[in-house]
Amino acid sequence: MSKTAAMTPDSVQPDASETARWQDYFQLMKPRVMSLVVFTGLTGLLAARAPIHPVLGAIAVLCIAIGAGASGALNMWYDADIDRQMRRTRGRPVPAGKVKGEEAASLGVVLSLLSVMFLGFAINWFAAGLLAFTIVFYAVVYTMWLKRWTAQNIVIGGLAGALPPAIGWAAATGHAPLNAWLMVAIIFFWTPPHFWALSLYVTTDYAKVGVPMLPVVKGAKETRKQILLYSLLLIPICLSPVLTGLGGPIYLAVAALGGAVFLVLAWRVFASKAGDAADPRVADRALYDVTEDEKAAGSKAARNLFAFSILYLFALFAALLGEAVAGVHPLELLK
Amino acid sequence: MNKSVDKDDARTAAKKARDGRNIALALGLVAFVVLVFVVTLVRLGGNVAHPH
Repeated sequence: MSKTAAMTPDSVQPDASETARWQDYFQLMKPRVMSLVVFTGLTGLLAARAPIHPVLGAIAVLCIAIGAGASGALNMWYDADIDRQMRRTRGRPVPAGKVKGEEAASLGVVLSLLSVMFLGFAINWFAAGLLAFTIVFYAVVYTMWLKRWTAQNIVIGGLAGALPPAIGWAAATGHAPLNAWLMVAIIFFWTPPHFWALSLYVTTDYAKVGVPMLPVVKGAKETRKQILLYSLLLIPICLSPVLTGLGGPIYLAVAALGGAVFLVLAWRVFASKAGDAADPRVADRALYDVTEDEKAAGSKAARNLFAFSILYLFALFAALLGEAVAGVHPLELLK
Repeated sequence: MNKSVDKDDARTAAKKARDGRNIALALGLVAFVVLVFVVTLVRLGGNVAHPH
């Protein structure tokens, strides 16, 4: 609607911000990402096995969730131009015209300040500092800089999504030892194979908006290789908590069995032709080299790895959480 | 005729959305006040019980 129409008394019609529902503002906070952050942050808080008042523990997790939501709102404000052009994101509140960009930005800034200050005053300033770093890293370093600049965007930017367990641990104890950073490392090294598996079958959308995802910049073959390499790094890191007194026998079983399946699925992606058909480097050749069966098999392999990666991360943290709640003693195989 | 009906519908939808936003904001503010109160009790209570 034009500004002229909006200001003519006889034709007063509500604009986007007037018809926005509270649910639209809630969507700005990426509730699905928030739920994952709540889960990993809570796991960090409980895996620390330190006494904390339940109310304070709940407030710490709430602050982590609101901080994550705030950085999501800032991301949606800044990325509205590219979100508008991608199928997966065009329904988001800002590109869909339900909420104004400046409102998303305001919500992000206000909630960022609120979550950090409240965590600092109610729990401790070390945890609040980590939360502030996470928000700035995601909203500024990843969204405004890395995402549109380098193919390593999700590798480095993944640190923001990996930090909640350390914030939870810091909230419970006031410090963050090796075991807290091992949980961070698990999510950090899990992110590349997870996202690149997805990007192998949504490459065209990223290419269209100029986001340098690895398949767009280096090609599908290099992406499949990097997925395998990061998976080979990920599994030993997932097993290491049983050496350092973080994970117990249940965790060991989940990490070892799930890790074996993860590696098999990563190998299948590596050996497939996933993403080749959409890769401009091999597009001409792909018309002849990649059969419809191979294309379907490649896409299926990438989808399988993407889906299993979510299950694997969930199972690892659920095992840590379950062991902490049930009081199962962690293994310390190094001692 | 249709235009005025559309305008009325739009105004009604805008009012409903505004009411919803106002209620959500009010609930958010009340929740925040309650949280600050509860945190004060918990932290103050802990310090009174263990002054050193």
